[in-house]
Amino acid sequence: MKKTLSLFQARNREFIRDKASLSWNLVFPLLMIIGFVFAFSDDNKPLFKVGYLEPAITNSETTKPAHDPVSYPLKHPHIQWIPFADLKTGITRVKHHQIDLMIELKTAPRYWINTNSRQGVFLEQLLLDAGISTTLKQPVTGKAVRYIDWVIPGILGMNIMFGGLFGVGYVIVRYRKNGVLKRLQATPVNAFQFLTAQVASRLIIVVGIAIIIFIGCDIFLDFMMLGSYIDLLFIATLGSMCLISIGLLAASRTDSEELAGGLLNALSWPMMFLSGVWFSLEGAHPAMKHLADWLPLTHMVTAAREIMINGTELGQLTTEIWILSAMTLFFLSLAAVLFRWNRN
Amino acid sequence: MQTILEIRNLSKTYGNLKAVDGISFKIPAGICFGLLGPNGAGKTTTIEMIEGITKPSSGEIFYKGKLIDNQFSQEAGIQFQSTALMDFVTVREILKLFTSFYEKTLPIEQLARQCNLDSFLDQYATKLSGGQRQRLLLALALINDPQILFLDEPTTGLDPQARRHFWQLIESIKQQGKTIVLTTHYMDEAEALCDHLVIVDQGNIIEQGSPQQLLGRHFDTICIQLDDTEISRLPSGIAVSVQQINDQIQIETDRLEQTLSKLIEAGVNLSSLRIRNRTLEDLFLKLTGSQLRETLQEAL
Repeated sequence: MKKTLSLFQARNREFIRDKASLSWNLVFPLLMIIGFVFAFSDDNKPLFKVGYLEPAITNSETTKPAHDPVSYPLKHPHIQWIPFADLKTGITRVKHHQIDLMIELKTAPRYWINTNSRQGVFLEQLLLDAGISTTLKQPVTGKAVRYIDWVIPGILGMNIMFGGLFGVGYVIVRYRKNGVLKRLQATPVNAFQFLTAQVASRLIIVVGIAIIIFIGCDIFLDFMMLGSYIDLLFIATLGSMCLISIGLLAASRTDSEELAGGLLNALSWPMMFLSGVWFSLEGAHPAMKHLADWLPLTHMVTAAREIMINGTELGQLTTEIWILSAMTLFFLSLAAVLFRWNRN
Repeated sequence: MQTILEIRNLSKTYGNLKAVDGISFKIPAGICFGLLGPNGAGKTTTIEMIEGITKPSSGEIFYKGKLIDNQFSQEAGIQFQSTALMDFVTVREILKLFTSFYEKTLPIEQLARQCNLDSFLDQYATKLSGGQRQRLLLALALINDPQILFLDEPTTGLDPQARRHFWQLIESIKQQGKTIVLTTHYMDEAEALCDHLVIVDQGNIIEQGSPQQLLGRHFDTICIQLDDTEISRLPSGIAVSVQQINDQIQIETDRLEQTLSKLIEAGVNLSSLRIRNRTLEDLFLKLTGSQLRETLQEAL
């Protein structure tokens, strides 16, 4: 324990005293958020979003959709149709202005609009013009979710991903390349003690920076946070552990910074684009969704978003928690087995 | 004298290459043991197998009569030739870090005094000069008050003054009764510090003994050196052998007075004459057939 604690402190000192690296870790995500606030501050998006209940695959006539979305009266190039597996999720999206209307595709459909949403009211008028009965209207209300509210969990997740993957990966490869690991191998320190110290140090750093960015963004942007801070911290910590263990795995054997950089980039870029950091995967091609399910960032960002935007509790996020825990255990075990002190 | 370390039939193979080929030797406690050999001879591989850095292909290593185990790292001090230390960590903090790794340690103040670290204890370890850095690495190797100390090329890259200073440190450690295992390319260093030498080449031991024993065993001649401009005037039959090495003539003789008389009689200009005893460098060249300076340049 004494050895691990000393290595942990030494690594923390190394990070905190490296002013250039520390300031970049703090400033980069803030700059990115500010940039996106400007880029997406225009609320008059040309696209309307209509959610519909995805029909179950069954032979029963009663559950078959009466209409296909592509032939529905609201068919228009500027209207995006988004399938939902359950009504509850769709209605929540309407509440938060994330979609403009939710509709059941039946002969006598019910539909949900947010009466505070201009787009929703506009789409309702189109429905009325198409001859849909207003008695089936299901009004809901809720605070609008701005793009910045939606994107903050993704950006925090992305920052954790880069900090976890590159922060631990590059450091271990550098230590191996310049002989620090070889020197440690010649002491009574074992691989488990060394790796534990690295993981713990990086975890504290990554989560600590995420907290600072969270507070900073909240002061300047006042984003939505409906759930529990403790729950969010738990998800951030679990996700960080998972991403750090992938960083350890990538750095477990190589002494080439170029190879490690390539590996880490190959891991991080798909996550950045497919894990729902910048845009929702609702309505995306099923193959893309399946691929996203294999990425830890997807589950961390989904869980964080659920907590922040919908106020979901941890008990309702068991799928994400189990997946992240299983991935962490798998990657950490594999990294420990493959770990090598030496360059040879 | 009690044996502290014994190597039996130690081998290391990398693919088809046999880096170390079944070597065996014993190291008595309290001596400075020198492992010499040209680059690629297998000395670093041998040392790293003992230190636990490289896994042997076959063979056994005994420490204090028992097969080597985890306890060895508690009692051994190791200084590698090239070791980087963590960035942005001071000398004092590095010493403190290494102190936490061992059950028994020396006080940092004592180490700082012994290795002359006092003046830069609060500097970052990455900002030290070559000599300061080597002294810090020696302090790290001594931090657990080791019974056996491995020093791998400890003075490579140091200026002559820093080398001499380092030798004094090693002498003072020897006087404490510690066993030192030294690998070096510098034959003057081996001659000055080592009590017993093992010379390896191509993974095998080619000679071993004390420096005096080895020189006595291989040389019964004295070496006379002259500028090569005198080569045409050299009389025949004056020596055991005559060789031209670079711009020098090297005359080996077992009858010094007789050879000098013959040179004077032949009218050879003796203004460039040098007479010297045989050194370990001569022995090294004789045994390994390698040009030591080339070897050194490769290593640097």
